Amino acid sequence: MITQLPILQVVIPLIAAPLMVLLRHGTAAWLLAVGVSWASLAIALGLLSEVAGGGLVSYALGSWPPPWGIEYRVDSVNAYLAVIVSMVAAVVVVYMRRSVAEEVPQEHHYLFYSMYALCLAGLLGIALTGDGFNMFVFFEISSLATYVLIALGRDRRALMAAYQYLIMGTIGATFFVIGVGLLYLMTGTLNLADMAARLPDVTDPRPVLAALAFITVGVSLKLALFPLHLWLPNAYAYAPSAVTAFLAATATKVSVYVLLRFYFSVFGETAVFRALPTGSILLALSLAAVFVASVVAIFQGNVKRMFAYSSVAQIGYITLGVSFDSATGLTAGIVHLFNHALTKGALFLLLGGIALRAAAMRFDDLRGMGRLMPLTSFGIVLGGLSLIGVPGTVGFVSKWYLVVAALEQGAWWIAFLVVAGSLLALAYVWRFVEAAYFHAPDPKMAAGPGEAPLSMLVPAWLMIAACVYFGLDTGLTLGGAGEAAQVLLKGKW
Amino acid sequence: MVTGATAIILALAVPSVGAALIACAHRAPNLRETVTLVTATILFAVVASIAPEVLAGARPQARLLEVMPGLEIAFTVEPLGMLFALVATSLWIVTSLYSIGYMRGNHESHQTRYYACFALSLASAVGIAFAGNLFTLFLFYEALTLITYPLVTHHGTDEARRAGRLYIGMLVGTSIVFLLVAIIWTWTVAGTIEFEAGGILRGKTSNTTIGGLLALYIFGIGKAAVMPIHRWLPAAMVAPTPVSALLHAVAVVKAGVFTVVKVVVYVFGVDAIAGLKSVDWLPFIAGFTIIAASIVALRSDNLKRRLAYSTISQLSYVVFAAALLTPLSVMGAALHIAAHAFGKITLFFAAGSIYTAAHKTQVSELDGIGRRMPWTMGAFAVGSLSMIGLPPAVGFVSKWYILSGAMASEQWGAVAVLVAGTLLSAGYLLPIVYRAFFVRAAAAGAAHEAHGEAPLSIVVALSVSALATVALFLFPDTLLALSRQLAGTG
Repeated sequence: MITQLPILQVVIPLIAAPLMVLLRHGTAAWLLAVGVSWASLAIALGLLSEVAGGGLVSYALGSWPPPWGIEYRVDSVNAYLAVIVSMVAAVVVVYMRRSVAEEVPQEHHYLFYSMYALCLAGLLGIALTGDGFNMFVFFEISSLATYVLIALGRDRRALMAAYQYLIMGTIGATFFVIGVGLLYLMTGTLNLADMAARLPDVTDPRPVLAALAFITVGVSLKLALFPLHLWLPNAYAYAPSAVTAFLAATATKVSVYVLLRFYFSVFGETAVFRALPTGSILLALSLAAVFVASVVAIFQGNVKRMFAYSSVAQIGYITLGVSFDSATGLTAGIVHLFNHALTKGALFLLLGGIALRAAAMRFDDLRGMGRLMPLTSFGIVLGGLSLIGVPGTVGFVSKWYLVVAALEQGAWWIAFLVVAGSLLALAYVWRFVEAAYFHAPDPKMAAGPGEAPLSMLVPAWLMIAACVYFGLDTGLTLGGAGEAAQVLLKGKW
Repeated sequence: MVTGATAIILALAVPSVGAALIACAHRAPNLRETVTLVTATILFAVVASIAPEVLAGARPQARLLEVMPGLEIAFTVEPLGMLFALVATSLWIVTSLYSIGYMRGNHESHQTRYYACFALSLASAVGIAFAGNLFTLFLFYEALTLITYPLVTHHGTDEARRAGRLYIGMLVGTSIVFLLVAIIWTWTVAGTIEFEAGGILRGKTSNTTIGGLLALYIFGIGKAAVMPIHRWLPAAMVAPTPVSALLHAVAVVKAGVFTVVKVVVYVFGVDAIAGLKSVDWLPFIAGFTIIAASIVALRSDNLKRRLAYSTISQLSYVVFAAALLTPLSVMGAALHIAAHAFGKITLFFAAGSIYTAAHKTQVSELDGIGRRMPWTMGAFAVGSLSMIGLPPAVGFVSKWYILSGAMASEQWGAVAVLVAGTLLSAGYLLPIVYRAFFVRAAAAGAAHEAHGEAPLSIVVALSVSALATVALFLFPDTLLALSRQLAGTG
């Protein structure tokens, strides 16, 4: 059974998706989705414990031994990622029931859950597969499902946002597959570990460089690295609340993983960071992401969009950690992957509660929310503090490591920029605080229902509680990230 | 017998539990206020129970958890922290008493939130006082800023919101951009952030780095209100007076100067940086703040604003004393934390008392008010004496040591600043006392007929704090013993 875990991780949600379509029943599909998500979490945790301490699990699909067949290759890096994805899924799926019931037409419910299962399968597939082309396939599976999920948003602009994302996402995927194709051309293999072993023997470096460029740009589109982030704000703002929370916490994180995997495990740290100015480029773009996106966030009129821009900035912090190309920097980036997934997932879940009342999500609609929905509002404040990086929250842990990583390299000006970015976060988080707590509620709103339903509040607060818990007890998150960083820097997969 | 470690945990837990109970009792105001008073009393008892150990030379410790490798939430009670905790917790009892009269007398809203936040801010202040390393200190420092935000913006008006922006923006801003970087830098340079007698940076890095780090600390600790990081303090005066009294004369601002002294003594080491060229700018900045803030105070007609600028000026005495880098002046710095707290809280109490009874906020309206409110203005006079540094008030003791330090090390410029500061503080405080008692209320005199003294709990509270100001002058033994231990002159 243990040996089958890697494939079960992917196949269970993959099979559940068509089953849901056959069921044609919203509630049944939801129950199935809950089962699938929780099973995924159990499997991911099983895998993580299996590979803890530098272990490696290799699974040959259809018993075709690698490098001929497709291999699923799990080490502590992607096991950690699978845990993040399935953990978020396990929480969000509980929340979905009420939120989707409010935001998506009844007749589409089973399709919604089916798409959600597909998306989950795709994301987990990307995480676990050790095969370049298979990775592309899962990219497409998750992306196509995502386009549909976004388009199901009740705002008509959701259609446009989904279309925008479709165009950008397709360009990204195409770039990615071109890159993988070039690598296949030069090495004759699609198995990533095998590819890494053969790359040093390639005599003509130009196609390999081109492959690196294509993959970098393609994946950067997917992970919304500034300035390739333009699809993200609209997609997050207009998608159904549960979808935004799920995507914000998982999709971009998985793409970051792909970038890390290719940089460190396929091309190798030397080729990417020593021979090329990748580090400096990444550094510049990351800092630009932090500042430009944060400033834009401050001036948004729509709360969801504001936090979407904040996501772009926070992704900047993740890639900033990567750009240092050091153990500390990589640890900072990877731990922020987890921390930001938690924080932003929680925030979007809570915003979903507000969306029940004020669909437009404009700041004006938030007046008096502190009184109308005290738990939701206070949760958002706590999540916001984590974005700022106040000690006692997960955001602080990430920031601490980023600053240490910067100072290690003697780059004190980067250290200052990192913390200065927090001030911008303070500015946009405080807009929420002032809107929610300094105005009397609109009488129209006050007449509406009170707090968000428990089935939404409990999952959201679970994640907020985790934001604080993992801000104080970092053994698991930081330990996992540190180990992942070590594995990546070792180079061999 | 409660051991030191348990007492430390209790000192954090008591106000936190108190806050929860206060929140639970929101429908029963009398019960709620009783909970506040009982919590404050228990907290003081717990904190005081640690004092004998510390005075005997022990350093009780408590370790909670390791957040990151090498970063612990840990507490160590040393003399300076003991002193700060004693001051803050004893004055909380008095302030609670005062709050009851003030909040009811002025029909303030959201009183439950007020009392709960107050309790939590005391928990944060105790956390700062007992912090065993920079990380723990930073954690509670930020917590204190955030938990006092609802108190500063208590009235929810546009003015309160703007003040709140300034408050959060400046305090969180400076702490993240300067203080956090300074702490992490210290960590990478010294390899530890535990407070240690003699300083952890001693011999670890170049003099230039020391200078840079000191600048980051001084401007990062915005709560110390060294110019130009002082604007938040007068803005925060928009809060109800008890908040201004306890937080912006005692807990918050003292947390700032406490941190400065703590960093100078335990991170840099007084004798390790004495005489360094790269740190000799600090007395100038602090001295400038003393003089400049006093001049602004002199020109303010609004009573609370005048007191706020007086606070800025007096806080810089502490920073200034620490910056003189002599054992005697460090002793003076520690003493002044306590001395200013008792004197200034009395002044704020009096200002709030005047507002409650007479609804007056301007100095120019106070002619003859001493006849109507003899207790209030009598206490105000005592507080003023302490601010100026005259006997029989405790302010004299701390000024004495600061001056002795300056003279002993022959820093005549410093002596001049101290003398000028003293004259200026006499200049902005004594005229108020004079007006109140010796100027007859002129045309507006009829207005005075309408009121007498403030509510009883207010009068009791300000009399107690005024008495304490005198008592500490007469019996300064505990304060002296603690500050001697800190400065190593005992």
